[in-house]
Amino acid sequence: MLTAQWMYGLAGCVIMALGLRGALLHASLLQRIVAINVMGAGVFMLLVAVAYRGPVLPPDPLPHALVLTGIVVAVSATALALALARRLHAEQEDD
Amino acid sequence: MSPVSLPLFDALLLFSIVGLAWASLATTDERRSVILFIAFGLVLAVAWGRLLAPDVALAEAAIGAGLSGALLLGAVHRQPRPLSPGSTNDSRNQGATGMGVVLRWVVTLLCTALAGTLAWALLHAFSSVPHDMLPRAISGNLAASGVSNPVTAVLLNFRAYDTLLELAVLLTAVLGIFALGQANPGYQPAGPVFDSLVRWLVPVLILTSGYLLWVGAHAPGGAFQAGAILAAAGVVLRLAGRTRIGLPEGFMLRIVMAAGVGLFLLVGLTLLLLGRPFLGYPPAWAGSLILLIETAAMLSIAATLLLAFLGGRPESPAHAARTESANTTASNSGNEEQTPC
Amino acid sequence: MINILSSILILSGVFFYLAGSIGLLRLPDLYSRLHALTKADNLGLGLLIAGVALHSQDLLMMLKLLLIWLAVLAASATSAHLIARQARRQETGS
Repeated sequence: MLTAQWMYGLAGCVIMALGLRGALLHASLLQRIVAINVMGAGVFMLLVAVAYRGPVLPPDPLPHALVLTGIVVAVSATALALALARRLHAEQEDD
Repeated sequence: MSPVSLPLFDALLLFSIVGLAWASLATTDERRSVILFIAFGLVLAVAWGRLLAPDVALAEAAIGAGLSGALLLGAVHRQPRPLSPGSTNDSRNQGATGMGVVLRWVVTLLCTALAGTLAWALLHAFSSVPHDMLPRAISGNLAASGVSNPVTAVLLNFRAYDTLLELAVLLTAVLGIFALGQANPGYQPAGPVFDSLVRWLVPVLILTSGYLLWVGAHAPGGAFQAGAILAAAGVVLRLAGRTRIGLPEGFMLRIVMAAGVGLFLLVGLTLLLLGRPFLGYPPAWAGSLILLIETAAMLSIAATLLLAFLGGRPESPAHAARTESANTTASNSGNEEQTPC
Repeated sequence: MINILSSILILSGVFFYLAGSIGLLRLPDLYSRLHALTKADNLGLGLLIAGVALHSQDLLMMLKLLLIWLAVLAASATSAHLIARQARRQETGS
């Protein structure tokens, strides 16, 4: 296994764990959304590290396509979560 | 590059990335958290470049750091105080009670265990030489796919069904946002400095998005990056206080929103009627079909991301005109509430 | 030869970035920090891009790199102006 794959893969696992911990423990809704995004970034790093095949061979394009899809889905989920949070905030202020 | 410096570069890059993620989640100030997250996303884009993933780097910089950051910053700005799901905010924040501290430590240990398990699985999976069956299949069929960028070929040809469903997810998210309320209030009209930047920046952004769409067939780029840049042009117009930000109105808006999924389905069903598999392009037509689908997808993605930034149903044109005149008179008397930054 | 020249340019660009970061950490108030950050970082970027442009294959790539530098220059100048204006407004209590 290449050194770069191992380093980036490990970092991806660490970032994912950091994000998960933040999503579970933070009190503020906005920071939980940020934590979920960080968790997603960790997963993406894991995928891209797996796709890397060294400086000579071209990388495996399939995980790259999956990560691209993941980035777009993550931003749309973030947008929906923020709209829900805003509506929740408005409802809480009313009562 | 000498063999010792690249691992050193990797180590420094990973140290900053993990450090930024940690700092973003360690602070309790929401604004600081979001800004550090934006920085995290941008440095992550450098990591994608290093791992030879330029398409992913473009998408991360435009969507992951740029648009997500704009969405989060807008949300932080609109709230006068931190948002919490209930009144148990204080006890969980301080962790003063014994139960709170124990719970935090248990969760931390579980997350560490998860990271360890994943790392062990990774090491185990790569202790042998990995199969390269899929990459060989992709490069073998690339000539018949209609494009020469392998990521675009995978996204729009070999796994076009996934992309169709992804566009449907985008559409669903924006429909949910529509159902939750009206768009956020606009911003005041920009001063001369910002306005003159917008004047030339928006045409350049539109041109760049068209270029990225075209070049995605044979170089890093594609519909998603192009759509994000087009959405960024709309976001910049919105921040400069314009009422017309490039979104069509009423019925045309619905058409544009559904265009990505709609055209994809149309192509797929037509091919089905012609006796080919669903979304199985004939090799002679593959390039043109991919470009057609990507154009519709780009417009759809741009409209969706811009609507996500708006935060709800866009206001009607008459209401927008009244708001703009009210904003202009208000800015003349120097009494504004919303600011672009 | 080209490697040496481009290394010198890139290293001096990095030096300016370092100077800007030190300014961010050490200078007393918002305006001087903005001033140091914007000027030093943009000059650093220009030197970096000059160093990278020496390795480019054709004129088109050099022009694209130049366009990147100009766009970042304009955007960072504008955002520095907006931040300073907003800080000024908050100070004089609008």
